[in-house]
Amino acid sequence: MLDTLYMLLVQPFVEFGFMRRALLGSVALALGCGPIGLFLVMRRMSLMGDALSHAVLPGAAVGFILAGLSLPAMGIGGFVAGMSVALIAGLVSRYTTVKEDASFAAFYLLALALGVLLVSRYGSNVDLIHILFGTVLAVDDAALLLVASIATLTLLVLAVIYRPLLLESYDPAFLQAVGVRGGIYHLIFLVLVVLNLVAGFQALGTLMSVGLMMIPATSARLWANTVEGMLLVAVGIALLSGLGGLLCSYHFDLPSGPVIILFASSMYILSLLFGSAGGVLPRLVRQRHLAH
Amino acid sequence: MSLSLHNLTVSYLRHPAVHHVSGTFAKGDATAIFGPNGAGKSTILKAMVGLIKPDSGQVSLGGIAPDQIAYLPQAAQIDRSLPVSVLDTVLTGAWRHTGAFGAVRPADKRAAFAALETVGLAEFAQRPVAALSSGQFQRVLFARILLQDAPLILLDEPFTAIDASTTFDLLQLVSRWRAEGRTVIAVLHDYEQVRAYFPYTLLLSKEVIAWGKTETVLTDAHLQRANANASHWHARAPVCHVDDEVAPSLSVPSAAPAVKD
Repeated sequence: MLDTLYMLLVQPFVEFGFMRRALLGSVALALGCGPIGLFLVMRRMSLMGDALSHAVLPGAAVGFILAGLSLPAMGIGGFVAGMSVALIAGLVSRYTTVKEDASFAAFYLLALALGVLLVSRYGSNVDLIHILFGTVLAVDDAALLLVASIATLTLLVLAVIYRPLLLESYDPAFLQAVGVRGGIYHLIFLVLVVLNLVAGFQALGTLMSVGLMMIPATSARLWANTVEGMLLVAVGIALLSGLGGLLCSYHFDLPSGPVIILFASSMYILSLLFGSAGGVLPRLVRQRHLAH
Repeated sequence: MSLSLHNLTVSYLRHPAVHHVSGTFAKGDATAIFGPNGAGKSTILKAMVGLIKPDSGQVSLGGIAPDQIAYLPQAAQIDRSLPVSVLDTVLTGAWRHTGAFGAVRPADKRAAFAALETVGLAEFAQRPVAALSSGQFQRVLFARILLQDAPLILLDEPFTAIDASTTFDLLQLVSRWRAEGRTVIAVLHDYEQVRAYFPYTLLLSKEVIAWGKTETVLTDAHLQRANANASHWHARAPVCHVDDEVAPSLSVPSAAPAVKD
């Protein structure tokens, strides 16, 4: 029994360096993506995160065409493309009558189409699948360093801008009235979002990288009633998803991105059912009301 | 140095919401801004806080720094679905000490608890704001104003949809602030509240209808004029040329400057 567990859960990491690197990478990813996703949810920007993850593709494709399957090159390209879409879409919604969500949708579709076109013209089908769905096999030291740096930077910056960023979604008028320009924190946050999407696409692929942000964060609301509690739950679920997804991907020879996201999704469904702060089943258990 | 408006005009889509308004607020006392819907009452407060830029004219804060204003916007603007606690909400009132990055001092925490005690919510400190009724939440926001300790307090419809006993309690705070020499300016819709708690009134209907002692402002004639003047919205209104022609102070109804000091 213990032997089986060891073989299932531990042995892949003992035996293979690439699995250890992938594990480290997914831990770093969870630490960065969990909190970022939670702020995306609290700021009602879930769909914007989704749009940005697609917008990263053409930049990653250009990086791929120039330097092959190298995360730093694809990362820089993806970052430039993601930030361009975020800024242009933001400007359009500010200076025209187009609403922000519609503006984001239009630009990310443009970017996605461009990205798919680039990859299918200059790469093989296998490359396209790698970029779209990720692969753990290719996490080299450079990639690991990049992902870990992004996670570290994310946590440090979030710690510094935590108060104004939270207050900007909670009570923007107050922040404005005390003379703080919330826009600068929004911009810093957008940079963090795009950086984490870039960090995610080696393991998860561009299409899936937003999943490790959104799904654990959405689940967290079903377990905790404070921002701190939600942060912990989101990171915890992201960590478990990464670990479980990696193991499944290894044992059944499946692309890691969708498997990690499916793991997160199953935890979301469990949260929906059992979540102590708003899940379905705890609500069905009839508890007698209190005296006052 | 006085707290005053100089020929203030603010417009939305070129239609003025506040039109050539001049006058001085009674310093260290309470002024109500009264008038029909769409009269520009909230707009004046927003212009004073700097949330919107005037088309022309200006607000002079009379030596009060912009961060010394406690501003309570209309209730709907706070996202109460976020899991923020009552205590944290009140503590944002210590912004002048903490800023965006500074630590909350023990003194700030004590002040926050004292403020919650004052508004009768001492036991609610750790509750999430989502668990409060709208009346309780308004008390929390008043506690935050207490913590802000500001010489100028601007309240935008603070008692709309608030029950009578909460309104009464919070009005006592307005009296207390007056007694402490703070300037309170509140947008109100209740005639009796204005008469009982606000010695001065600005009757507004885009333009100043009357401004001065409440009993001289809230007359039937003035109120009729305010209502008649309200909410005309002409899609093809001509361009206003008041500013080109005459000195600003001549272009508005004389706003009786009711200054105490």
